[in-house]
Amino acid sequence: MGGVSTSHVLLGLLCAGPQHGYELKKAHDERLPRAKPLAFGQVYATLGRLERDGLVAQTGQDREGGPDRTSYALTDAGRQRLDEWLAAVEPPAPYVSSTLFAKVVVSLLASGAAAATDYLIAQRAAHVARLRELTAVKTARDASAGDVVAADYAIAHLDADLRWLQTTLARVTDLHQEVIT
Amino acid sequence: MTALLTGTGLYRSYGPTPALRGLDISVAAGEIVAVTGPSGCGKSTLLHCLAGILRTDAGEVRYRDQDIGLWSEAARSRLRRTDFGVLFQFGQLVPELTAAENVALPLLLAGSGRREARKSATLWLGRFGVGDLADQLPGAMSGGQQQRCAVARALVTEPRVLFADEPTGALDVLTGEQVLTEIVHVAREQGTSVVLVTHEPRIAAYADREVALRDGVLDPTGLGLGLGA
Ligand SMILES: Nc1ncnc2c1ncn2[C@@H]1O[C@H](COP(=O)(O)OP(=O)(O)O)[C@@H](O)[C@H]1O
Ligand SMILES: [Mg+2]
Repeated sequence: MGGVSTSHVLLGLLCAGPQHGYELKKAHDERLPRAKPLAFGQVYATLGRLERDGLVAQTGQDREGGPDRTSYALTDAGRQRLDEWLAAVEPPAPYVSSTLFAKVVVSLLASGAAAATDYLIAQRAAHVARLRELTAVKTARDASAGDVVAADYAIAHLDADLRWLQTTLARVTDLHQEVIT
Repeated sequence: MTALLTGTGLYRSYGPTPALRGLDISVAAGEIVAVTGPSGCGKSTLLHCLAGILRTDAGEVRYRDQDIGLWSEAARSRLRRTDFGVLFQFGQLVPELTAAENVALPLLLAGSGRREARKSATLWLGRFGVGDLADQLPGAMSGGQQQRCAVARALVTEPRVLFADEPTGALDVLTGEQVLTEIVHVAREQGTSVVLVTHEPRIAAYADREVALRDGVLDPTGLGLGLGA
């Protein structure tokens, strides 16, 4: 699934409070069941990079010690990096769906329904605009069979994502209204 | 762009059920506008009001700067014959008439001669890929073929505005796309405005612009999701 940014997802998971690598791996695999399970090695490597960049900080170690028992917490810089990622619209293209999904899940977890709604509205608009461009390519008088087939392929994927974005938006808005009323 | 057709403050109820609740919309000449939103949000009611088929309870529908709500029933039905084309999801062909006779009908009603009407009808049927079905009765055609005939009939008078309510809703994907592509080509060539009602983003993408409805008014999020007040 390559596309989904593990570092951003880990930052999002740390919004629940300090956790060590093993807990983060478990939380990741539970929250994003459609993504590939994270390898432990990848979790520790990613945490190491995040720490180097000041986005997470060590908060201690379990009694039994060992590097794999180190807890990490989100720093202010980490929170800011996460919020930027959550608000950024993905370039609408086939194969971004796992990133869209990860963002919405993390957004709900880290920032709540209002932030998820803002993101979903912006992402939906980007998808719609791209769908319209692709449709114009396809309906052009001089479109080649190759153009049409390629546009069809992208449209089918964007359309599937759009349906999901739209349904999720409706669900999240219901959720949001439950929270504020 | 100046507006060809506008609706301002449109209200329309069916008994106690409000369908439009103060809606504004404007369509420029040659513009393709998608009207989207979940089922029951008032799309079809809006289309019928704009096309002068339904009267509004309040608000104005202006076509070429005339308030058509003030016109008599006869004047409005003349306008529909001369300037408008209407296309629904299915079931609009006269079952007793052949494809060519169905398509020729609006021309005959508008006063064209028989031969001329027949010639145009054949041409338009060909354009929508059903030229060889000219002498078939609708009952002998597939749903897709019938819909292609219905599109030919809606466009044969070269209307200034085509009103299409879920025109591909009953078609398979490829047939739907072929029909829409041809509608877009005709609209571009002839400067026909199109009001395209659909609940599908993929279909709305054929339009220049999307007007999203929600509970009989414009959806402020532009999403047409029916999210409640
Ligand atoms: N002929 C009718 N009689 C009573 N209620 C109607 C009639 N047509 C539509 N409605 C109601 O008006 C509202 C809008 O309907 P409609 O314009 O058909 O929406 P849409 O086309 O978006 O599905 C709905 O609540 C619908 O039930
Ligand atoms: Mg309808």
